[in-house]
Amino acid sequence: MPTLFDKVWSAHEVVAETAATPAVLYVDLHLIHEVTSPQAFSTLKRLGLPVRRPERTLATMDHSTPTSSEQVFGNVPIKVDAAARQVHQLEQNAAEFGIELFGMRDARRGIVHVISPELGATQPGMTIVCGDSHTSTHGAFGALAFGIGTTEVGHVFATQTLLQRRPKTFAVNVEGRLRPGVTAKDLILAVIGKIGVSGGTGHVLEYRGAAIRALSMDERMTVCNMSIEAGARAGMIAPDDTTFAYLKDKPRSPKGAAWDAAVARWRTFVTDPGAAFDASVDIDASALEPMITYGTNPGMVLPIGSAIPNTVGDEAFDKALRYMGFQCGDAMLGKRVDVVFIGSCTNGRLEDLKAAAHILKGRKVAAGVRLLIVPGSQDIKRQAEAAGYADIFKAAGAEWRESGCSMCLGMNGDTVDAGQYSISTSNRNFEGRQGVGARTLLVSPFTAAASAVQGRITDPRGML
Amino acid sequence: MDPVNRIHSKTVVIASSNIDTDQIIPARFLTTTTKEGLGRQLFADWRYRPDGTPNPDFVLNRPEASGARVLVAGRNFGCGSSREHAPWALLDFGFCAVISTEIADIFRGNSLKNGLLPIVVDDATSRWLLDHPGADIDIDLESSRLTLPTGVSVTFPLEAFARHCLLNGIDELGYLQSRLADTKRYEAARAW
Repeated sequence: MPTLFDKVWSAHEVVAETAATPAVLYVDLHLIHEVTSPQAFSTLKRLGLPVRRPERTLATMDHSTPTSSEQVFGNVPIKVDAAARQVHQLEQNAAEFGIELFGMRDARRGIVHVISPELGATQPGMTIVCGDSHTSTHGAFGALAFGIGTTEVGHVFATQTLLQRRPKTFAVNVEGRLRPGVTAKDLILAVIGKIGVSGGTGHVLEYRGAAIRALSMDERMTVCNMSIEAGARAGMIAPDDTTFAYLKDKPRSPKGAAWDAAVARWRTFVTDPGAAFDASVDIDASALEPMITYGTNPGMVLPIGSAIPNTVGDEAFDKALRYMGFQCGDAMLGKRVDVVFIGSCTNGRLEDLKAAAHILKGRKVAAGVRLLIVPGSQDIKRQAEAAGYADIFKAAGAEWRESGCSMCLGMNGDTVDAGQYSISTSNRNFEGRQGVGARTLLVSPFTAAASAVQGRITDPRGML
Repeated sequence: MDPVNRIHSKTVVIASSNIDTDQIIPARFLTTTTKEGLGRQLFADWRYRPDGTPNPDFVLNRPEASGARVLVAGRNFGCGSSREHAPWALLDFGFCAVISTEIADIFRGNSLKNGLLPIVVDDATSRWLLDHPGADIDIDLESSRLTLPTGVSVTFPLEAFARHCLLNGIDELGYLQSRLADTKRYEAARAW
């Protein structure tokens, strides 16, 4: 009995794997951005090769782009010179190789993993790759989506295929139902805490069970997005009516009779009853609390009301706590907050902004705290403005920006200073991720907004 | 890519587990549009002090690290971001192999495509290597064998096709191009 993963994999095997050679796997959709594509284009130029299927390639710029309106739309040049060169180079490469580009001032621009779903380019049963580890996001639609390196970006450009060994399968069974104030972000942080940051290595996760079925598409994307933080190759959720309702009438979704045919086909992308997985874990969603990280990898995570565990003789653990300026036994609630970041491919979608607005409405950001809110795409920005969220953010004292990866990774001018504590809805709390010496604590949009208002780490459930 | 076969080198040890690619090369250096010269930024935030001067306590700045071509690291090396800049930086610095008990998937794939050997060993071998920085070791790719100066020798897993490419200095792209007729047949046969 095949799993969801098995079905998508089999449908894309151009050449099956053997002991001597990996499979040649067909790529339906290739997403590219300015940071991991330049060297791959250089390879094509050196070899005199075209992009074989440019119509299966979609380009945008998100990582190194500024989020200030003056730099995006005004006459102020991009502050970071090297970033400006990278942006310019993608414009040139896209034009030269005939690739559609959602450029700096395009109304459809945004974080690559946010815009592809909202365009309806991400569809069930597809293979999707991108030179970015958070490509796992698209697995929320029942696609097999994974991050690749720049050499592989070149392979896809030249052949629309990749050489891949078949990964193992891993069922993440989540039963029960999340309680109010506990979000998809808390769920995935709990999964990573349970299986560890390398627990998924070599595997494709499939999130299953009643708690997953109850999630919206925005929430499913949050879950699948962080599969890589458990070391997994990809994360997938079987498509269902929630998926089809999301995709209906999106710009690139099939229309008319083609829509009905597509949905009929998409419905087959489910794990058959009795299918076996190579590994599994069970999680009770109804027992979960809001989660927060306390260390320097996403597996160092605990319920927000807990204290940092006492571990003896674990050098990596001690090093992480020294970096964070924390001690064993410290309670997380009430800790200092300097910067709050709400955004990223993990939590920069409309429902995330709605959650933040719910907490921030009629409240003010605490004195001395910087709250930066960055929509995942220009489309989400417009929707958040139409829904009144942006006004709530501004009234609360938050900075409201143009879309991009922003403060998730400090390479576009949005950074956290050394030693500062950043309560962030992004995906990585690695040393220096948000700026040299920055200390990142990963949380949900609810917890981020509540902590911004109180100026200290706060359980959002008292403020809903 | 140059062919790789035998490596004889002393080791450098960075014992931390879960060394992510943001540590190997921080994101602010990814605004480059080439692969060259990234060795200068390898482990930048550990290697340099805030004023840009070398941190004398960091192992790569110590004289005993000079000339070492093999990096021994704690469990789960190379996790996180898919940036191929990580193996590019390690290679540019002079490393040609990384040894750990666990190596993250994307980093492993990226390394193999650039001639950096990702070598996964058992706990006991890893423990010995972590406890003996500077040890002279032998790596033989053809037999997938790692030999310690004690004479102890272990094999390491390496996918047959990747080994073939490394030994012969072949880029996988040539193979994928040789299967383009299959790819076209696949595209033509697809009903959706």
